[in-house]
Amino acid sequence: MKGETVGEAVLVMADDDTVATALEDLEGGREIPTDPPLTVAETIEFGHKVALVDHEAGETVRKYGEPIGEATDPIERGEWVHTHNCESARGRGDRAGADAGDGLSEADQT
Amino acid sequence: MDTFSGYRRPDGRVGVRNYVAVLPVSVSASPVASAVADDAGAWARATPHQMGTSQPEAGRERTRTVLAGIGRNPNVGAALVVALGTEDLDSEALADDIAASGKPVETLSVREAGGTRAARERGVDRLDALYDEIRDQPREDADASELVFAVECGGSDATSGIAANPAVGAAADALVEAGGAVCLSETPEFIGAEHVLAERCVDEETRERLLDRVDRREQLADLMGTDLRGAQPSPGNQAGGLTTIEEKSLGAVAKAGTTPVREVVDYGEAIPVGGGLTVMDSPGYDVESVVGKVAGGAQVAAFTTGRGSTTGNPIAPVIKVTGNPRTAERMASNMDVDVSGVLTGESIPAAGERVAATLLSVADGARTAAENRRLEEFAINERQPVELAEEP
Repeated sequence: MKGETVGEAVLVMADDDTVATALEDLEGGREIPTDPPLTVAETIEFGHKVALVDHEAGETVRKYGEPIGEATDPIERGEWVHTHNCESARGRGDRAGADAGDGLSEADQT
Repeated sequence: MDTFSGYRRPDGRVGVRNYVAVLPVSVSASPVASAVADDAGAWARATPHQMGTSQPEAGRERTRTVLAGIGRNPNVGAALVVALGTEDLDSEALADDIAASGKPVETLSVREAGGTRAARERGVDRLDALYDEIRDQPREDADASELVFAVECGGSDATSGIAANPAVGAAADALVEAGGAVCLSETPEFIGAEHVLAERCVDEETRERLLDRVDRREQLADLMGTDLRGAQPSPGNQAGGLTTIEEKSLGAVAKAGTTPVREVVDYGEAIPVGGGLTVMDSPGYDVESVVGKVAGGAQVAAFTTGRGSTTGNPIAPVIKVTGNPRTAERMASNMDVDVSGVLTGESIPAAGERVAATLLSVADGARTAAENRRLEEFAINERQPVELAEEP
């Protein structure tokens, strides 16, 4: 496997990643032996991501050593990172549409 | 890599199956095509689809390209083209196109036959006659370099980018090393990872073509005033831990391995045989994407899935590879290669060797899970008016 498994609990794909992938269902309070150790803040299911560092809103989230999106809210180390607090910066026709004010309603969108 | 045994066709290509394809030119001819193939036997494979009897010219050309490509695929030894009789798409010209590869091809018109019942009887007779021409053809030894290997993913989750896609990528690298061809598609799933592929393009022209195709797919979202987040990643992908299209793409492109991108082809267009990785511009919809690559000449596909897809194809065997241990267990009867051990320490090269070994045994005739269950989805990607309007 590429990347590094930590405590058989999470997988860190690259050195400068800001998130790690849960290799099993993680409960809140679980200690992960990263350096320094981190405490899982909430339930994080298998395959989902835990923050390795604090993120400010708007800050880039990195996995595979590459940007995978932006934090929409502040995310603390140990918290679950997913669609509720992280979003794509790509394919954002909604932003283009908002700028252009093209007036397409939700119903027009496919 | 090694050799496999297959069916050498008059045009020199080698098939891994020996089918008579039953190709309807429209939705109206599709039920008869399916019925005729069912009546004839498992060696007859229908490709029912939803394209109408009258399509705009560019759309019709797409349908023609795909059906001609399916007919020319080396897994097809002979073909029957089926029409209702009212279609704009010229079934005789399509049959000639396929026959140019040296294969026996016949046509069937439901109207000329005098309705569906008569067409069904006449169709089975024609299929039997076509099969008589190819049924005794023996398998002969062929080099792995004769293979065009399609790589696909569907029902992705976080394990796809960590285990299954890198394992398939390692097998893809081994095939290219052995002189074979690999084809990656699903252009929307390059968004956020296109720089990885662009760096590997053999020349500036290929690089620009690749980036242009990704840009077009991204702009389709702009044109519709919507964004990709609702569809990419899909709700299932999201449940599996994938948050954004960038994250999905970075995992998805791993299934193409690490070799240079030598060419970018259009949907359904011929994939160059031998020695390298080709990118096909296709939608992310996996059934259409697999069909595009089979129309391009791929004889075998590997399809990675984390959540558990069951998709197959009527013409090319589809090898299911999962890196999710729960899916490997729960959907064992639909999976061919379990690489979930990668999550607990199996190396990517070792998992890749198992995928490559399965590729060769399937090329040799071993049946995939999807073939055993006759899972044969077929759909042609329709060119949308919004796409056509955008073209110069």
